[in-house]
Amino acid sequence: MKSITGAYEGVFHINGQTRRMVVFPQDTLLSLLRGHAVSLSGAKPGCENGDCGACTVVLDGLPVKSCMKLAVESEDTAITTVEGLYDTEVPKQFLDKWAFQCGYCTSGFILVAYAMLLNTSRVNDAIITEWLRSNVCRCTGYQEIHEAVWAAANARGNGT
Amino acid sequence: MKVIGCSIPRKDARDKVTGRAKYNHDITVGGTLYAVPRLAEYAHAAIKNIRTVAALKVEGVRAVLTGQDTPFLVGEVLEDRPPLAHGRVLYWGEPVALVVADSEEKARLAASLIDIDYEPLPVVNSIDEALKPNAPLIHPDVDRYTILNHPVYPKSHTNIADHVHVRKGPTDPLWPQCDVVIESRSVLPQIDHMAMETRSATVEILPGGRVLVHSTTQAPFAVQKMLAHYFQLDQGQVVVMAPLVGGAFGGKAAVQLEILAYLASRAVGGQMVSVVNSREQDFAMSPVGTGLDAHFRLGARDDGKILAAEITYRLDIGAYTDSAPRIARAIAAQCTGPYAVDNVKCDVLCVYTNHTYTTAFRGFGHMPMTFAIERAIEKLADALKMDSLALRLMNAIRPGQSSPTKARLTASNVGDLPKALNAMAKLIEWNGGKVMKVGPHLIRVQGIASFWKTSSSPPDAVSGAVITMNKDGTVNLSIGAVECGPGTKTTAAQILAEKLQMPVDRVFVHLDVNTEVDPEHWKTVASLSTYMVGKAVEEACKDLIRQLKNLAAIALKCSPSDLAVAGEKVFLRDDPQVMVRFSDIAHGYRFPEGDTIGGQRIARGSFVIRHLNLLDEETGEGRPGPGWTVGVQGVLLEVNTETFDYRVVKAASVIDAGKVLNPQGAKSVVMGGMCQGLSYATRESVVYGSDGTFLNRQMRSYRTVRMGEQPEQYLVEFVETPQIDAPFGARPLGEHGVLAMPAAVANALSRALGIEANQPPFVPESLWALAGGEKA
Repeated sequence: MKSITGAYEGVFHINGQTRRMVVFPQDTLLSLLRGHAVSLSGAKPGCENGDCGACTVVLDGLPVKSCMKLAVESEDTAITTVEGLYDTEVPKQFLDKWAFQCGYCTSGFILVAYAMLLNTSRVNDAIITEWLRSNVCRCTGYQEIHEAVWAAANARGNGT
Repeated sequence: MKVIGCSIPRKDARDKVTGRAKYNHDITVGGTLYAVPRLAEYAHAAIKNIRTVAALKVEGVRAVLTGQDTPFLVGEVLEDRPPLAHGRVLYWGEPVALVVADSEEKARLAASLIDIDYEPLPVVNSIDEALKPNAPLIHPDVDRYTILNHPVYPKSHTNIADHVHVRKGPTDPLWPQCDVVIESRSVLPQIDHMAMETRSATVEILPGGRVLVHSTTQAPFAVQKMLAHYFQLDQGQVVVMAPLVGGAFGGKAAVQLEILAYLASRAVGGQMVSVVNSREQDFAMSPVGTGLDAHFRLGARDDGKILAAEITYRLDIGAYTDSAPRIARAIAAQCTGPYAVDNVKCDVLCVYTNHTYTTAFRGFGHMPMTFAIERAIEKLADALKMDSLALRLMNAIRPGQSSPTKARLTASNVGDLPKALNAMAKLIEWNGGKVMKVGPHLIRVQGIASFWKTSSSPPDAVSGAVITMNKDGTVNLSIGAVECGPGTKTTAAQILAEKLQMPVDRVFVHLDVNTEVDPEHWKTVASLSTYMVGKAVEEACKDLIRQLKNLAAIALKCSPSDLAVAGEKVFLRDDPQVMVRFSDIAHGYRFPEGDTIGGQRIARGSFVIRHLNLLDEETGEGRPGPGWTVGVQGVLLEVNTETFDYRVVKAASVIDAGKVLNPQGAKSVVMGGMCQGLSYATRESVVYGSDGTFLNRQMRSYRTVRMGEQPEQYLVEFVETPQIDAPFGARPLGEHGVLAMPAAVANALSRALGIEANQPPFVPESLWALAGGEKA
């Protein structure tokens, strides 16, 4: 286990790019990503205690609520944010299926869905529910998100 | 070219699904200070002493403000709320002090070190407690407060902030003529908007006098006016910028953080200061949705015709009024629901309690109101032994009748509820609400409920649109409505594209709002933006077409009346090949010799709703909105009679949309509303402790519907009875998906279990208790 006390220079791999940055022990991964040095604001603060999932990013292939992860803990992991999924299947399907309205929770849902498809060879409704219940959307009826995730699964060959 | 009636992709879509869309707190400027409030830990207490020494000693703290630094009261209607508590705290979570520091962490630490001595006072924890004869007075000076916006009628020496009357025909003589009379009481808790983006505001006061405000507001022009009013500024000095908003649902129409951020900035020489609500703060400190305790007395002939209604709506508005007097009037004006009742007596009371204060909430009081109405209608149907859909159909409001406040109803302004009811019967295969057994302990049952709503907007609410043309013939559209989620900006672009007969992807709409450059739109509330902005856009299009034709007439050596506009061209009606392109005239027309006339085409449109008035103090008489949206919602529930667990198999809506402008957009907004309405019915409620503590101020304890808990199937249909004065006949649609869902669920559960489910949210435990608890 890593132990740091003050300013610490770490190496972070974000969306395939390596960055050397100074972090403090109390910095969360969410604040690191949204801070001036990185400025990837696709991850949103919604509750900052792990309830809502709006800040979800993918770490080494698994979804993580970045408000619950210290920045220093994510050193030497592959961090994927919504910005890193530009032009890929999941956001494309969210667009096509109108799976967003205000858009604030959208990146979190996209990343959970992306991680689910990475980790599941064949999805079904129960699996989608199990993965996506970690997140909260207040605008849509969830049906559109459900359809978008299915469409992405089918397009990637994870469908049934 | 056809744009209206097509599912045009939203203008904000690509930016939103790629995480690149910017919300208020996504862009931060280095050097910004943070202000963190210290919240009251009592629901009602006298503040004896505040010691800020320890807070001021924290490194990086720049200022600490208390109520003594803010000796004035604010309010949208009645000025009853201090920005920071004065002398007493009136709800748990009320801001008592404000710390400004170099970082949010330091400000939060310092805020926790402020030492406050309280003397607890008796807590008024419900509407009933507030109205007891010797109840503690929450606002002893209620009759001495300044009224900023009439009307509001506070009652001195009571906890009644306002009382609205509707008197339409006498009710007393009617009761003996009624074959059936029922009474029904419904009680609904306060609920939270819980937008995914918490509220935030940043203010910088520049030495030159300009005040720059960045806010999550859905009412930037209201923020501008409020700040100008309370800080003695010209409105032009206050520049409010509202980017994309991460969900609002009415909760971001209230002005709170902007005032705190202004005070904080002023305390540090005008430096840029941000106030960002934590989720807990957003729940407890910022306003929630009103609670309701409603009592109905309905009388009918044995054929089902409703003859008289006596109704009392008592609203739990919490500690301050904010927009409650307006909500009360909205409820009063629609108090019977969408049913024709000639003899109506209705009283709406705004009741102060030591709860979090309340503000607009999707439906502006119509969701709890509809719940109470539809439970009473259902009870009446039972008493009459009549099919409840048939009862609704018989009494459904129709053109030629009048509203409870005697507004004249026409096919244009009230739409076609009977058609919607008949469509619903088909859509959910209505079986009269009969209980169907589908397994051991498992039954299925349907429930339906109707609604209506109009805007209840101020009679002087304005909207505007400005179109500028780019050299290449594309157009820019500037409007003052904020994009909170429903796709308002895209709808405005569609209306423009249709009017100009040009491709919608060549229309560029300003997605943010800036009060300095965008024309005013009153507030992005009341589902009115499409109507008001749309009317302004139509006006601006007329202006632009006139300008284009005038210039093209010179270029083409003809009269403007010879010309038509389409496909980014202005051409002779009788010979379209004689034409100029938009790009030839957008920035003036250049003759072959090189000399140029005209200039940039800049068009404007302005709109104010006509013929609205304030409701009469004694009878309520008045016209509350330009038109009504009527609709019916239904559910099919599967209920386990042993565990009292249930699930929503189908949820259905039929709404008279007037004209559906964007089918996919309309369906999405209605489905989202339905889901939210089901969430209120099944799980949501602000829970106060016996001492008035706001207990469930986190998303893990304030539960909303999540994936897998939505209905198995959504059914959404529209009927289209045009509202003649509205753009393309379209009626408001933004809020309506939510309105009757809780009532439909309650009606189904009541039939399923033989109970009166009149107090949402309905969780298995409460249903079990209603069904007789252990005895069941």
